[in-house]
Amino acid sequence: AVSHSQITRLYSRFTSLDKGENGTLSREDFQRIPELAINPLGDRIINAFFPEGEDQVNFRGFMRTLAHFRPIEDNEKSKDQNGPEPLNSRSNKLHFAFRLYDLDKDDKISRDELLQVLRMMVGVNISDEQLGSIADRTIQEADQDGDSAISFAEFVKVLEKVDVEQKMSIRFLH
Amino acid sequence: LDYQHVQVPFEITLWIMLASLAKIGFHLYNRLPSVVPESCLLIFVGLIMGGIIYGLNDKSPPVMDSDIFFLYLLPPIVLDAGYFMPSRPFFENIGTILLYAVVGTIWNVFGIGFSLYGICQVKAFHLQDVSLLHNLLFGSLIAAVDPVAVLAVFEEIHVNEKLHILVFGESLLNDAVTVVLYKLFRSFCEMPTITSVDVFAGVGKFFVVGLGGVLVGLTFGMTAAFTTRFTKDIRVIEPLFVFLYSYLSYLTAEMFHLSGIVAIIACAMGMKRYVEANISLKSHTTVKYFMKMWSSVSDTLIFIFLGVSTIGENHEWNWPYICFTVIFCLIWRALGVLVLTFFVNRFHVNTITSKDQFIIAYGGLRGAICFSLVFLLPDFHRKKLFIAATTVVILFTVFVQGMTIRPLVDLLAVKRKRESAPTVGEQIHIRFLDHLLAGIEDISGHWGQYYWKDKLEYFNSKYLQKILLREYDQPKSSIVLLYEKLERKHAIELAEAGQLGHAPSHPSLLHSGFLCSNNNRTVIMDKKLEDTLNPDVLENIQEILARNLYRIRRTGPAYNRHTLPGETEPMEHAKEILILRHKNL
Repeated sequence: AVSHSQITRLYSRFTSLDKGENGTLSREDFQRIPELAINPLGDRIINAFFPEGEDQVNFRGFMRTLAHFRPIEDNEKSKDQNGPEPLNSRSNKLHFAFRLYDLDKDDKISRDELLQVLRMMVGVNISDEQLGSIADRTIQEADQDGDSAISFAEFVKVLEKVDVEQKMSIRFLH
Repeated sequence: LDYQHVQVPFEITLWIMLASLAKIGFHLYNRLPSVVPESCLLIFVGLIMGGIIYGLNDKSPPVMDSDIFFLYLLPPIVLDAGYFMPSRPFFENIGTILLYAVVGTIWNVFGIGFSLYGICQVKAFHLQDVSLLHNLLFGSLIAAVDPVAVLAVFEEIHVNEKLHILVFGESLLNDAVTVVLYKLFRSFCEMPTITSVDVFAGVGKFFVVGLGGVLVGLTFGMTAAFTTRFTKDIRVIEPLFVFLYSYLSYLTAEMFHLSGIVAIIACAMGMKRYVEANISLKSHTTVKYFMKMWSSVSDTLIFIFLGVSTIGENHEWNWPYICFTVIFCLIWRALGVLVLTFFVNRFHVNTITSKDQFIIAYGGLRGAICFSLVFLLPDFHRKKLFIAATTVVILFTVFVQGMTIRPLVDLLAVKRKRESAPTVGEQIHIRFLDHLLAGIEDISGHWGQYYWKDKLEYFNSKYLQKILLREYDQPKSSIVLLYEKLERKHAIELAEAGQLGHAPSHPSLLHSGFLCSNNNRTVIMDKKLEDTLNPDVLENIQEILARNLYRIRRTGPAYNRHTLPGETEPMEHAKEILILRHKNL
């Protein structure tokens, strides 16, 4: 569970972002954060906060999205498997990232979706052709069931050597 | 020929000319700066010049006058550093920086002082007459890490932002400690007896020097901001105020025996945000360019003079003492960094890795400050020994450590890489996750000591802005300003090209005007990539990705001596991202 001090801190951040002071954040409130403007994935990250089709997010939703990025504590790892999986488990973290790729929500990263993300992350010196072959290569490496797209299981497999728990955890300074 | 009349300005100009021509010379031959850091080359030039002068006049060449160094050569460099210091990472890590600067320096001073005293006890070295106090005095001037040297060398190695700011911040702030200890031991040398009251007075003095410096700096900074509020009608002299007030803060602090370096940094950091809001865009560019120019010239001159002053009869070469000085400097710095990092890592989650520790310890270069301080020592019979030891230490750190730090860092990095070469997919997804996390962290805003920043922001918006800013507006961050500037430029260029509404495709972004594309970009490879399983093709892809994937903000150095903030590579990427997003809107 999230500690009391962390909740307080996040709440004060939420209120400082909420310029309209109506208890919810809109997309404009997020876009006001300058560092997000130069983050290649800025828009997608902002969208991840808003539930399907809505334009406002309240504190609960805000916290819920951020809860994915809580570090996995050691004592949680040995918890029993019967309860619901916590939001910040490795699988859920990866699922969050997967959803940022998979815009049409068909549980597959198609070549086009991959191309879109690649184009956002790479400079302008790369031609469309080269980008296409990079995307092809990526899909080729990951694809195991031959559907020329990356499913969630394949995505997880590609990242099995990566320390996702550490990479996708906000390092709260104590 | 009326040489006497123009001698002094003429010679000064000639020296500066020599320095600048030397700089051009190095950059003409492209490979050299990557192998040998510029500072080494400059010292080398100085050595040659010194040798020539010695040969011609048959007496020691002019030694760099300590006054010239402290009053004219050092302030521009420190001002440049303070003005362009990225305040966010600096204040985020201020605790660690202060710990290294204060505790680390004190540790080094006493460590080196006492161990050298131990060496002096050995009868074989004929050093018995060097007392403990003298050794401590020497320790205090040799222990301090020098910002000029550190900056010069760190440009060659690409370290991440946090590390860069740690070493750099430490080198700037340890001046306060050095000043206090140096003056303390010097006055102790002259006093017949030392009581504990004197020692406590010394400790108290340290706080006075540090905090007093900050106060003086902030006062002048606020005054500068206030002055620029009224300069709307005389834009031409606006840049002058920035320099005048900063220099005044330095001189005033030195006058009161406070730390001038700390004062000028506080002044620059304090006034920056208000002055930039008040002065015109052109004045702003002028300020930035002049600062870079002056600090560049100073930097070059210092190293050349270091070289020149080495030649001559100022030295007493007692090799055991000198060798042990070098060894102890290295050992005590390494120990200090290890111990301090151990404590720091207990309190912070993002730890300082051992590779980082190595860089911090090995990157502790000594430079011209030590050199000037040693010449300021009172004349006693062992002064030349100290001068020789200082010279050797500086030359060793700049040449040996400066030249080998990059290969060593690469070696350490390579060792980790050999464990597993990431696949293309891994690389892309990892970078994707990095950007994601950076974005989430920016949203959750947890970076930094939030409480004090909030308090400061509140104080700022309630009082300071109203007094110091001419147009009281929502303060805009540099990124928003950049975006606005780009929008204006884009609109103007589209209008000029008569193409309002036409969206160019990506490759042509390179050729359109506003992407002032930088020289060292990848050449677009036009190969037909048919079979993607081909290992050659794979290597190309890896190369393309390694060079072109956008880096996250915190993995590059935040401060660069030779380029303006708007032209560094991360900023270029930022511009590209903004343009792309603008088109997609």
